[in-house]
Amino acid sequence: MSEKVSKEKKFDIVQFLVNNALIILIVSSAIFVGLQNPRFFSMANIKNLLANTSVRMVIALGISGVLIMRNNDLSAGRQVGLAGCICATLLQRADYASKVYPNLTPPNMWLVCILVMIGFALTFGVINGLVVTKLHVPAFIGTYGMQTIVYGIALIFTGAQPIGGLINEYTEWASGSFLGIQLIPNLAIITAIVMLVMWFLYNHTPYGKKMYAIGGNPDAAEVSGINTTRMTIVSYMIAAALFALAGFMLAAKAGGTSSNLANGYELFAIAGCTIGGVSVNGGTGKVSGILMGVLVFEILKIEMTFLGIDTAWTYIVQGIVIVVAIALDIRKYIAKK
Amino acid sequence: MSEYILEMKDICKSFPGVKALDHVSLQLKPGHVHSLMGENGAGKSTLMKCLFGIYKKDEGQIIYDGEEVTISDPFDALQKGIAMVHQELMPIRDRSIAENIYCGRYPVKKIGPIKVIDHEKMNSDAQALLDDLGLGFKATEKLGTLTASQMQLVEIAKAVSADAKIIILDEPTSSLTLKEVDKLFEIIRRLTAKGCGVIYISHKMDEILQISDEVTIMRDGQYIGTWPSDELTTEFIIAKEVGRELKDLYPPKINTPGETIFEVKDFDSVLDNSFKDCSFSVRKGEIFGVAGLVGAQRTELMEAIYGLRGITSGTVYYNGQTLKIKNPEDAINNGIALITEDRRGNGIFGVLSISDNVAVASLNDYLLFRVMLDHKKIGEVVDKSIQELSIKTPSAKTQIKNLSGGNQQKVIISRWLAKEPEVLIMDEPTRGIDVGAKYEIYSIIGRLASEGKTIIVVSSEMPELIGICDRIMVMCEGRITGIVEGEDMNQEKIMELSTKFMG
Ligand SMILES: Nc1ncnc2c1ncn2[C@@H]1O[C@H](COP(=O)(O)OP(=O)(O)OP(=O)(O)O)[C@@H](O)[C@H]1O
Ligand SMILES: [Mg+2]
Repeated sequence: MSEKVSKEKKFDIVQFLVNNALIILIVSSAIFVGLQNPRFFSMANIKNLLANTSVRMVIALGISGVLIMRNNDLSAGRQVGLAGCICATLLQRADYASKVYPNLTPPNMWLVCILVMIGFALTFGVINGLVVTKLHVPAFIGTYGMQTIVYGIALIFTGAQPIGGLINEYTEWASGSFLGIQLIPNLAIITAIVMLVMWFLYNHTPYGKKMYAIGGNPDAAEVSGINTTRMTIVSYMIAAALFALAGFMLAAKAGGTSSNLANGYELFAIAGCTIGGVSVNGGTGKVSGILMGVLVFEILKIEMTFLGIDTAWTYIVQGIVIVVAIALDIRKYIAKK
Repeated sequence: MSEYILEMKDICKSFPGVKALDHVSLQLKPGHVHSLMGENGAGKSTLMKCLFGIYKKDEGQIIYDGEEVTISDPFDALQKGIAMVHQELMPIRDRSIAENIYCGRYPVKKIGPIKVIDHEKMNSDAQALLDDLGLGFKATEKLGTLTASQMQLVEIAKAVSADAKIIILDEPTSSLTLKEVDKLFEIIRRLTAKGCGVIYISHKMDEILQISDEVTIMRDGQYIGTWPSDELTTEFIIAKEVGRELKDLYPPKINTPGETIFEVKDFDSVLDNSFKDCSFSVRKGEIFGVAGLVGAQRTELMEAIYGLRGITSGTVYYNGQTLKIKNPEDAINNGIALITEDRRGNGIFGVLSISDNVAVASLNDYLLFRVMLDHKKIGEVVDKSIQELSIKTPSAKTQIKNLSGGNQQKVIISRWLAKEPEVLIMDEPTRGIDVGAKYEIYSIIGRLASEGKTIIVVSSEMPELIGICDRIMVMCEGRITGIVEGEDMNQEKIMELSTKFMG
């Protein structure tokens, strides 16, 4: 009998390790790197980490709703890129020599941000949604088509030239800190607001419940009177708006853009979501989990730079981490027997 | 050697928050049919899953063929000669019938050093098996072309082909026609004649009394007792299952139908072999039955009214007004609700909680400031449902897929009760539900009707329709063959109308 009790206790420890594998991984590796190089825990580095995470998190949140409804959006990265280019073009300094539209005086940057978000939702979001729902093209392929289309548009729009000379207000905002608190970049505030809105949307509104229902069983959702077509289109619109916002943030953060901005970011966003518990079979996923997933990547990337690991190797390690992290974390969600 | 091929002794199994099995025992003789009975959530499926290696038992012994064994997984069980037909089917619709039968143990042949699947052997073996069992299917046909009940027969054929010593059938007849049930019983008798032991789970008394040699009854995860079936009566079984005397199978009638309020006119399906020229009308506060054999297109007609299926013509009127119904959303907004027949397919949201499953159709009724969900109010509604329908669950947060089949059905009924529709269509509402819960559901139907709601009940169980309905409409091969009431509401008359167009 006593043997059994101890067995159960041991089981609990294993359970604890499995349930918190990601946090343990992040914390222990951070301590390790911090011991090697104390600058890892410096204000500047942490702020840099938060700024990077902020942008990636907005993209991941955008794609999460689509994933939860069992769809996908491979056009995410390119949409971010195009949005960045559009924002940058509109917000170039009036005296900048190679200005794309020389006669344009830069409007208010927030106005630009909001207009681009609305514009993206109404074009790319709606089109993606219609292609998936009305034309019945599998989301994986349909949004892949959109990916290349958006890239083409970005090339035409920028003339394949990099865009620089952004107005100071814009770049300074992006590199600035919130209320002068060194640790918190302005970008993180935007992301915090987006997270709060999405958390509210997912947990406290009919939209959220319906989204999980569609992911859980699309046929049952329809029978329950949920308009799956409309919901799917709206999910792509929200995604596109957030991709546009991420583009706005990213262009400012980089201080300039090119048509290749944010190339391939969708896969990191999808991986981050999956690590954070968004099931590929739909119906599950939480905002806090997604944040964990995205953080894992960003922390790991910075750690590797600090350890001076060769870029080629960082790719290999990143690949391994994606697989291992998902394998570890998915155990939480697998039904126990 | 002992006289039993299988003995399960003092089996215990707990899930978080539930003790599903509490020292349950079962003894099976070779060549016998041993029935397992009990209310929804009594633990019947769980006991069988422990035997088949899907769950690991916490305590107890399994003695098989005279030796104590541990069964690690279903593959191991099959190797040992134990086969199971699950309550919830898991068909692979896009593959052939033969592949479904031999899934996981395909016959192979060698081409030089490489082993490849021997398709010819697989197809001919499967065909021989199907012919032998008297099932007229083609083995190379896709499984998806069959009806739900035919798929169930294929699943049974699969168990037979495993050449098992023990076959477990978990509610195999829930979607079979009467003819198919006879077919199944014939198959069972052949198996037992060969010395195979069969464990049979069903909620249908007449079947149990007809086919079984012994009956074991369980209640709330506990073993109640085992009796030879010829000593048993329906009343005795019910009393043991429920744990108290249940005097009547149907509650007294309390509704009085009023004026005609819901009308369906000229419904024609887009499909050729589906319903045609269907018109009928139902009164306010009436319980209106729809009878017919499986395949009479009753489900199809109801789903079309609800906006789920295509029609070439058809109008629905409520209170004299034409309703525009293009999809279920429209139907619901017009006060019509449908509880579908296919619980797993389009009823439950498996990964979601009971609470979410109940609230999903009425979310807009719980809004604060018009945007935000009132979780407290939802919680109250859900708790009330759990109590009213006595849903057995550790909590409202439990994922619905962890409930027993019958309790899942009750959750879906709660979903629509929460929506308070004016017209409630229920397609096989008591399928897979135990006697006690059936009585509860009949009471709810009666109560709703007495409150002036219009209820349409589709069922293949004639006694049930006769027991609760004011009128019964009968369908055969997609057409309405008559409506019976009063004196005419009897099995003979309904049967006659159900087979009107059949040879
Ligand atoms: N995987 C699981 N996780 C948690 N609880 C479970 C799980 N499987 C079954 N249960 C619980 O165990 C109990 C027994 O369920 P079981 O499915 O064996 O009932 P049953 O007798 O087959 O009922 P029914 O007639 O409705 O099919 C129920 O209370 C159910 O909620
Ligand atoms: Mg069961």
